Amino acid sequence: MRVPLGRLAFARSGDKGDTANIGVIALAPPAYEHLVRELTADRVKDHFAGVCRGQVERFELPNLFALNFLLHESLGGGGTVSLMLDAQGKTFGAGILSLEVEAPDEVVEVCDRVLAGEISGRPPSEE
Amino acid sequence: MSGDRVVRVGSGQGFWGDWQEAPKLQVRQGPIDYLMLDYLAEITMSIMQKQRVKDPSAGYARDFVPLILDLASDLVDGGVRVITNAGGVNPRACRDALVSGLADVETSRPLRIAIVTGDDLMGRLDDLLASGHELRNMETGAPLSDIQDRVYSANAYIGMSPILEALAQDADIVVTGRSTDTALTYGPLVHEFGWALDDWDRIAAGVVAGHINECGAQAAGGNTLFDWEGVDLEIPGYPIIEAQADGSFVVTKHPDLGGRVTWATVTEQLVYEMGDPEDYITPDCVADFGSATVTDLGADRVRISGVRGGPRTDLLKVSIAYHAGYKSTGGLTYAGPDALAKARRADEVLRARLEQADLDFDEVRTEFVGAGACLGLEPGPSAAELPEVGLRIGVRAAERAPVERFTREIAPLILAGPPTVTGFAGGRPRVQEVMAYWPALIDRTAVEHELVVEVTDA
Repeated sequence: MRVPLGRLAFARSGDKGDTANIGVIALAPPAYEHLVRELTADRVKDHFAGVCRGQVERFELPNLFALNFLLHESLGGGGTVSLMLDAQGKTFGAGILSLEVEAPDEVVEVCDRVLAGEISGRPPSEE
Repeated sequence: MSGDRVVRVGSGQGFWGDWQEAPKLQVRQGPIDYLMLDYLAEITMSIMQKQRVKDPSAGYARDFVPLILDLASDLVDGGVRVITNAGGVNPRACRDALVSGLADVETSRPLRIAIVTGDDLMGRLDDLLASGHELRNMETGAPLSDIQDRVYSANAYIGMSPILEALAQDADIVVTGRSTDTALTYGPLVHEFGWALDDWDRIAAGVVAGHINECGAQAAGGNTLFDWEGVDLEIPGYPIIEAQADGSFVVTKHPDLGGRVTWATVTEQLVYEMGDPEDYITPDCVADFGSATVTDLGADRVRISGVRGGPRTDLLKVSIAYHAGYKSTGGLTYAGPDALAKARRADEVLRARLEQADLDFDEVRTEFVGAGACLGLEPGPSAAELPEVGLRIGVRAAERAPVERFTREIAPLILAGPPTVTGFAGGRPRVQEVMAYWPALIDRTAVEHELVVEVTDA
């Protein structure tokens, strides 16, 4: 099923100089592998074409079921140099969630139940 | 020592300007052992330096002093110690203001205040450059000599060693300058548990705890995207780290306050302002955030364990701020029908007038607020229906004069521009000096011998 990323994940973004970071967190562990496959650095760069002038780097955090993206040259110079309304990339986290991704129906269903508050996104492990 | 012993470090401020009630609630609404208060962001030091140039008794987070005067008795009676970087570029002035304020506050015993100095490299820049420390910009590679005459402030990010020294001298309040935000949390943990200074895994765990604490409410439901509608934020509890000797810890908050601590709020903060997660460099270790395991225990308790770390590097980061020209941002609001088209037309008119005036700008930037400004989106067809659009124009220039001129070109659009315009009650936009950030590295040996801890009883 093709869904907006917000059906599989949530996110928080911030800044370091002229680089924005976006941490994308799977709503449930089974969604993580689909984020890894679908959310390539290239797709993220395309999604932020309006602000991102530099490279996009991606880091995997399997323990946290999360990906971290660095969007270089994306904040109009960063800090107090920038003339941008969102000079710290604060809104990029919510902004990435409209990117469309492919995932199996049953995974989307689990994530929907997390979003609805029916189950925890991180159920206690079997260890 | 019991392996079950818990040390609680509560977060009370995430930046200079954060909610003043938070640290009071942390101290008064339940047990904590340490209160950490982070006041410094990348550009804060330069703002403080500007204040100090105008007034030698300024240059620190002034909010901190009345806060401590208010809390003094609670700190003494509750045995709560405060670790803060409120000293900014002038820890001595901060200490002096505390001492003089505390003279009028009754407490059952004097408070011992420690200050840390030596991170400020401003007075040593010439010597450092002359002795071969180039302080190249980490991003561009340019040597500092390119902009040396425009530097406003230069501070090394320092780690836990002076904090440990101050705590060993029984300080109740430790005021530093540019300590790393995370050291304000892991310093106390290393002191309490007696971790070896090369116990990289445990110190890295403390760094992760510090990263959670350093942004105040952000780890405890503030600015949380996941289920944001479900979080009660009126009187939020700020995060508290309950650490154990093995380096594992629980993130929690006082139970009677709002906010929320779940796997989601904590994970959001873990990834905030993250670079390469396996290579999170601090003065005291390199932490691997990817090694953390997050377990939601329920009831606003989240356990973090398994954190690994590696040896500290020989370098310290230096935060340098320098003058980089002037800027101003102004705007007007255009209402529908055709709000966006009117705002676009106004932008064209303004730009034509700036062009005619032949002004030298480094950048002129236009954004249409309400039509995709935050993410730089191209407005779609539905944008024609927007009931109003904010026109936001910013300029930046090396000289002040063209920016001044720009500030006088907004208001004329009201009568001599497109129709249905409002939102100009604020007057002309302000001209702001641009403080650019110059991150650099320096050998730690060039800084560490200058770090001094001074203790005063007040």
